[in-house]
Amino acid sequence: MEILFAIAIGVLSGSGVWLLLRPRTFQVIVGLALLSYAVNLFIFGMGRLAIGKAPIVSLQAVDPAGLADPVPQALVLTAIVIGFATTALLLVVLLAARGLTGTDHVDGRES
Amino acid sequence: MSPWFRHLPVVPIVLPLLAAALILLLAERARALRIAIACTSVTVQLVAAIALLALTTEAFPDIWSQGVGAYAIGAWPAPFGIVLAIDRLTGLMLTLTAVVGFAVFINSLAYWDRVGPHFHALLQLLLMGVNGAFLTGDLFNLFVFFEVLLAASYGLLLHGSNSQRVKMGLHYIVVNLVGSLLFLIGVSLIYGVTGTLNMADLPARAAALSGEDRALFDAAAAVLGIAFLTKAGCWPLNFWLPGTYAAASPPVAAAFAILTKVGVYALLRLGSLIGSANALAHIEGSALLRPDLFRGGMFYIGIATMGFGIFGTLAAQQLARVVGYSVIVSSGLLLTILGLDHTALLAPALFYLVGSVLATSAFFMLTGMTGRAWRTPTVPATVPATPLSVPTGGYIPFGVRIAGALHGEDDEVGIAIPAAMAFMGLMFAFCVLLVTGSPPLSGFVAKFAILSAAIQAAQGEPWAAAAWMLVGVTIAAGLASLIALTRIGMRLFWSATGRSTPRLRALEAGPIAMLVLLCIALTVAAGPAMGFLEDTAASLRAPQIYIDTVLAIGEGR
Repeated sequence: MEILFAIAIGVLSGSGVWLLLRPRTFQVIVGLALLSYAVNLFIFGMGRLAIGKAPIVSLQAVDPAGLADPVPQALVLTAIVIGFATTALLLVVLLAARGLTGTDHVDGRES
Repeated sequence: MSPWFRHLPVVPIVLPLLAAALILLLAERARALRIAIACTSVTVQLVAAIALLALTTEAFPDIWSQGVGAYAIGAWPAPFGIVLAIDRLTGLMLTLTAVVGFAVFINSLAYWDRVGPHFHALLQLLLMGVNGAFLTGDLFNLFVFFEVLLAASYGLLLHGSNSQRVKMGLHYIVVNLVGSLLFLIGVSLIYGVTGTLNMADLPARAAALSGEDRALFDAAAAVLGIAFLTKAGCWPLNFWLPGTYAAASPPVAAAFAILTKVGVYALLRLGSLIGSANALAHIEGSALLRPDLFRGGMFYIGIATMGFGIFGTLAAQQLARVVGYSVIVSSGLLLTILGLDHTALLAPALFYLVGSVLATSAFFMLTGMTGRAWRTPTVPATVPATPLSVPTGGYIPFGVRIAGALHGEDDEVGIAIPAAMAFMGLMFAFCVLLVTGSPPLSGFVAKFAILSAAIQAAQGEPWAAAAWMLVGVTIAAGLASLIALTRIGMRLFWSATGRSTPRLRALEAGPIAMLVLLCIALTVAAGPAMGFLEDTAASLRAPQIYIDTVLAIGEGR
């Protein structure tokens, strides 16, 4: 499972970086989205991968080995929300730039 | 004293948040009420910041012993709950933010808050993010507050959007989003290795690491360092900065003057905490965050940043761009000094930080006045010289009908003062003296203290070459900005082509005069100020009090 997880993060961030370096604004925003998926998975992985463990501590459960780490899950939720909001904002700016400059080049002009 | 004083640390975060929410609830027509709310917020923030600063000076030992305060949000005990922590450095930065925020607020009232919607709400959110980043004692909350201030800064940069602003805004947002992703990687890796996000808990946990975990921690610290350096505007990561600051409307650029210093603050804080753990002293990798290894990387990065700033200053043709490059130079000088990590240099560096933020902020506001009073004849047409900044074509960005489009130049509010030219020329001269570090103002005091400490440091063997390099680059930076600003000043004030007599409004001129007067006060009171900053530097070098105070919060409940 760790290998699969690591490969997924690697592929996502590799494609993300490549797209980020492309000249079209749409490619840049897709690249950023892929990168943020990779980062979100990475944060989640920092809580160690586990199957069938609850992250909620009840007063009865005393053995921490039977529980998943809740903190990275909370972090990844926050990161998803913030990433989503900023990407949405960037999308609006991208459209405004397209409307004002008449091109979708990141520098606002061709070549 | 009243037990309510314990809740003072949360005021600089909660107050602007509430103010922003209230302002958004009011209709655009209720301008007076919106301004009243924003005005109350910035004034109370200023008072709260000064009170917090006073509390950290050990003047009131019955409230906070040893000048460090901690506040547990929700009263959760420290390593698990989220804490706010205040020491002298935080108090200083909060006060600086409040002063700049107050000046920007007043300055914007003359004209700029009406060229687009929601200026005051965004400014309050920006202040909330900056205050939170200074106050928080928790790595992930540092990320959240960085995002708050960045999100507000995106909106402010696009305020009164024209094509130049949208174009630079696109670059600015993309660069900062990538920086935020790096920040997240660093923070989560640190959590994965050490199991804590509390900055005060980090040194002890990091010191207990060994082998592979330690290498991972170093990598995480380096990634985090790159994120902070991007925000601080260090050399290979700062090509967005001059264009962005020049494109932003002048009060916004003046508020942005403090943003790069948030990155410097984060480096300083984490460097002080992580570098303090003795067991860390023989790690190689975390060079970006460890003070005694800064000399390897950070020092040269700082020198390169200053070099870039010097060449940029000389090449720039527009006043706002020159000031933008001077922001880069000041960041570079601070990073160089952090990299040199000589104990005697830290206090002068903090003095320089305070002075340069006040001076660049005033300068950006002055840029707005000169830019609107008359257009510089040599500026090419690509520069956003149109004062109204409203797109003339049919395209309306963001689908927002801009309120300022209804107001012509004649609708500007405020009392017109005579002798406008004299005032602007005088303020320009003061700003030039402050930014270049020429005598007799606070810029000179700061640079003199830095040079004097550097020359003394050069006597000691391990520092000799680096200290002389610092001396040379500092003097070169001052000379370059003096040349560039003199050239632009001559063109602005002495060439008579196409100039109308500027109108001066108290609302617009007052904040500039206030910031310059503060710099003059800083010059006059340089002795006591430097004494306070020496204490600040000493507390940064001995962070154990900070660590103990933060970790003790919530215990025994």
